[in-house]
Amino acid sequence: MEKSLDLINARIRDGTARVVTAEEMPGIVDELGEEGALEEVDVVTTGTFGAMCSSGAFFNFGHADPPIRMERVWLNDVEAYAGIAAVDAYLGATQEADAKDRLYGGAHVLEELVAGSTVELRATSRGTDCYPRRSIVTELLLEDMNQAVMVNPRNAYQRYNAAANTTDRTLHTYMGTLLPRCGNVSYSGAGTLSPLANDPGFRVIGSGIPIFLAGAQGMVVGEGTQHSAGGGFGTLMVTGDMKRMRQEFLRAAVMNGYGVTLYVGIGVPIPVLDTGIVRSTAVRDEDILTDIIDYGTPRRDRPSLAKVSYADLRSGSVEVGGETIRTSSLSSYRRARAVALELKDWIERGKMELALPTRLLDPTKRSKPMRETAVSPRVRDIMNRQVISITEDEEIRVAAKRLLKDETNHLPVLDGNGTLVGIITTYDVSKAVVTDGKLRQVKDIMTRKVIKTTPDEPVDVAARKLEQNNISALPVVDTTNRVVGILSAIDLGKLFGGRRRR
Amino acid sequence: MKLLLTFSRKGKADPGREPVIARVVKETGVLVNVEKANIDSMAGEVLIDIPDADADLVRRRLEEMGVAVRVMENAVALDEAECVDCGACISVCPQEVFSFDEEWRLRVRSERCVLCGKCIQACPHGALSQQG
Repeated sequence: MEKSLDLINARIRDGTARVVTAEEMPGIVDELGEEGALEEVDVVTTGTFGAMCSSGAFFNFGHADPPIRMERVWLNDVEAYAGIAAVDAYLGATQEADAKDRLYGGAHVLEELVAGSTVELRATSRGTDCYPRRSIVTELLLEDMNQAVMVNPRNAYQRYNAAANTTDRTLHTYMGTLLPRCGNVSYSGAGTLSPLANDPGFRVIGSGIPIFLAGAQGMVVGEGTQHSAGGGFGTLMVTGDMKRMRQEFLRAAVMNGYGVTLYVGIGVPIPVLDTGIVRSTAVRDEDILTDIIDYGTPRRDRPSLAKVSYADLRSGSVEVGGETIRTSSLSSYRRARAVALELKDWIERGKMELALPTRLLDPTKRSKPMRETAVSPRVRDIMNRQVISITEDEEIRVAAKRLLKDETNHLPVLDGNGTLVGIITTYDVSKAVVTDGKLRQVKDIMTRKVIKTTPDEPVDVAARKLEQNNISALPVVDTTNRVVGILSAIDLGKLFGGRRRR
Repeated sequence: MKLLLTFSRKGKADPGREPVIARVVKETGVLVNVEKANIDSMAGEVLIDIPDADADLVRRRLEEMGVAVRVMENAVALDEAECVDCGACISVCPQEVFSFDEEWRLRVRSERCVLCGKCIQACPHGALSQQG
């Protein structure tokens, strides 16, 4: 048996459509079988509520008198992109204001507008014959705008990696706070309720279909940026009228140490046309798999620590390498459920009819990494290969002499096998001198927990290590922890001096 | 019950220079669990957990020794208007103060809190704060 969309819409119009949330569907299929569920259910509603950095809105402010062609625009001191036309701008959620006291950004402006607050519009221009005005400051409400159109270039992720951190310091990421030594796992997404998890082949989710976006009726524009459905990471570009949105489903947020983002509620209704759709909407948390990625590797291709299901993630803990790690979500399951329930209510009350995509999204497409024409410099390109080192049993005065002779401030400390075991600096030696003289050997004063780098580490990563640890040099070690060079802040200067070897 | 003890270490006779907690334990026989301690050269702050029944006794004795004692109730506070029940606080908390109820609403057992402050920083919505 198959069902037509016309039949489903006719049932929506006369109030007899059976609408269920994606959370209810697995149980219905268990009870009635696929054919039975197809007969019984007309629409499955989905929902998710989480951080959608890739969000923003187009505004048309109307013309002032005398008119101005806005070249730069700020809303509550957050700059919007004004290179569109005279009085249009796009405000991105992650754009941050130059505020000293707190982190405030585009997401906050969007939330305040939806909540009914005024925002200050400030704009500047060079002035033209047709648009003579050179600056404007005014207060605006959402209702004062001609249009306020939310456009999320990349929303409703098909899947999201879970995150952990194997390093020995806390990381602050867009996946939240990641405790050292795999102290926690964070994840995002609503599992069984997630829109794209319920139509992984993009059969009925595509351009032109109606959706729930932050409390308003919106629609799918097409594939989202970075759409990579072939690898399970499809995304949608969506749009909706901000004037109809509700604060409950659009909340500004700050990820500590990362920046501003916007929490958006999105829900997609799925017409149950055949048993294929019954099967895909019967997906359970157990069936939705993702990887726990080590965010401690500051590279594009980060290693996976484990493959887990949303059932595992939502249970509160997962097993990785024999250890139990606590998990927590960044997105709200409670609000995802509220999205799916409200969408269900809209359809049951005939407020929204369904449509089939006017253009299908490619379920096999994969996104590419960036083509880089200039190779980013590596530590080996600028490190100093003449390493002056010392062994741990030497006397401190020997170390002092060596530091002076070679005009260096850092001595890597090696054991008998030439492996790195510590580091001493001129500061450590000076400190030893002013204490009571009981400290005699290098091993008495060396720092044992050495911050180090490798020859193929990008220079930017190494520079960040220097900055974060407030140090001025890193020993460069090979895979067996033998010192092959040293990278100092002075070597970094070569990058800017143009003396880097190509 | 959790008590937050603060003391000065400036002068030779200040309580921060004395083993005040050990003395109270010895005198009263009440077992004290030290949950957090920040002590520097000038001052100190220690969070202790003790059985409710002994709270008055321990408090009185510490105060006699010159320690300022504050009962910590609702150490961490949740602003329900800001919270979206995401749960970002759950796994960063070393004390398992946060969990979800069956409706996926955030539940806060603030009596377990040791004021480490990790959740306050981790909350994307600024919904958590420290009392007092």
